[in-house]
Amino acid sequence: MSKAITLKEAVKKPDLLASGHRLCAGCAEPIIARLVLKASRGAIIATTATGCLEVATTIFPYSAWRIPWIHTAFENAAATASGIEAAWRAMRRKGRGPLAKYETLDVVAFAGDGGTYDIGLQALSGALERGHDFTYVLLDNEAYMNTGIQRSGGTPYCAWTTTSPAGTVIPGKREWKKPIDEIVIAHEIPYTATVSPAYPLDLMQKARAAFETEGPAFIHAISPCCRGWRFPPNKTIEVARLAVETCFFPLYECRVEDGRPIYKLSPPSLAIAKRPERKKPVEEYLKIQGRFRHLFRPERRGDLIERIQRWVDRRWEMLLEKAGL
Amino acid sequence: MSEQKPGWRELPFGAIPYKSSLEYHTGDWGVERPEFDLEKCTRCTLCHFYCPEGAISFDAGHPEVDLRYCKGCGICANECPAGAIRMVRKG
Ligand code: SF4
Ligand code: SF4
Repeated sequence: MSKAITLKEAVKKPDLLASGHRLCAGCAEPIIARLVLKASRGAIIATTATGCLEVATTIFPYSAWRIPWIHTAFENAAATASGIEAAWRAMRRKGRGPLAKYETLDVVAFAGDGGTYDIGLQALSGALERGHDFTYVLLDNEAYMNTGIQRSGGTPYCAWTTTSPAGTVIPGKREWKKPIDEIVIAHEIPYTATVSPAYPLDLMQKARAAFETEGPAFIHAISPCCRGWRFPPNKTIEVARLAVETCFFPLYECRVEDGRPIYKLSPPSLAIAKRPERKKPVEEYLKIQGRFRHLFRPERRGDLIERIQRWVDRRWEMLLEKAGL
Repeated sequence: MSEQKPGWRELPFGAIPYKSSLEYHTGDWGVERPEFDLEKCTRCTLCHFYCPEGAISFDAGHPEVDLRYCKGCGICANECPAGAIRMVRKG
């Protein structure tokens, strides 16, 4: 185990994702990527599925990646990561090749919700099942933002998108957010965690734990998108924090030990579990985002807000049960 | 008829973005920039971690913004727990 991460040390570590990338002002994705990369142990190789992070960090002839980086299509970030890990192992075994000298190698795949919930799920499932030693980071901005805000399997219920428009016929997306973490955990991989960029130390510690894990590790990051979620760019972290404070997106880790999933709530969510009166109503999270505006205007849709609250409550209770709380 | 295009053998190996994005200055995207009140600042370093551009450094022991890259999103000012950051017009 390498030394525990502290803000004091991490601030000194140079960014491996350089400035000059062209993600929107106020985007959460570079915040998350910077924090994940700060947690790397040494040699690291990244691959990115098609998505905002990929297209905005690698506009030819510029690249914001200060580490080896491999382009991947939409559907196969996990397959590319598997290949990197397999190549490194082969070079180690043979004692030759450019990767042979690295005793540890952090292999990280970044993909969005489109590249994970929908298009990349098969490659992800295969890589998890084969047990490759890599870290998969899901940057969940809850729609296909880079192509124009189309709904994905990660888009929450009632959210407006260009393909789930809110109007007199439907109130935004009619389906619920796919429980991707449960799907991943069902593969019995050693480490899964949820993170929010509002809690940088927690995020870096989990990324480090993921890198240190032998075998597949999955990090699910909530990644507020000011353009697609319709809020001012300076509120990104506020939204990312409210997602946790309302238990819409609780923070936890799940380690599979001896075939059993062991859930552990992270400090911000554990504090709510201990003092339930601190749990904020989901309405506070919904009302600062324009994609849910139709739940409040022209009239308040109490029925739909209540339905979302029940979904949050049920999933939170299920999580508490799993964590033995 | 268009001229003969090169075959795959003649293409360069890989298609690698070969310039650092550091050469691409995004500082003209926004109209505002952060101004730090170093008397109020507690050196908590949160602004460094929250900045999407990695534009705030602590190399000097206190927060400094690199205006070549700051897009003026205002996250740092919104999040500073000490209220030490104010957004002001650039230029
Ligand atoms: S967030 Fe505020 S108090 Fe903390 S280091 Fe930055 S300017 Fe100083
Ligand atoms: S305004 Fe935004 S881009 Fe500029 S320094 Fe603050 S957080 Fe970084």
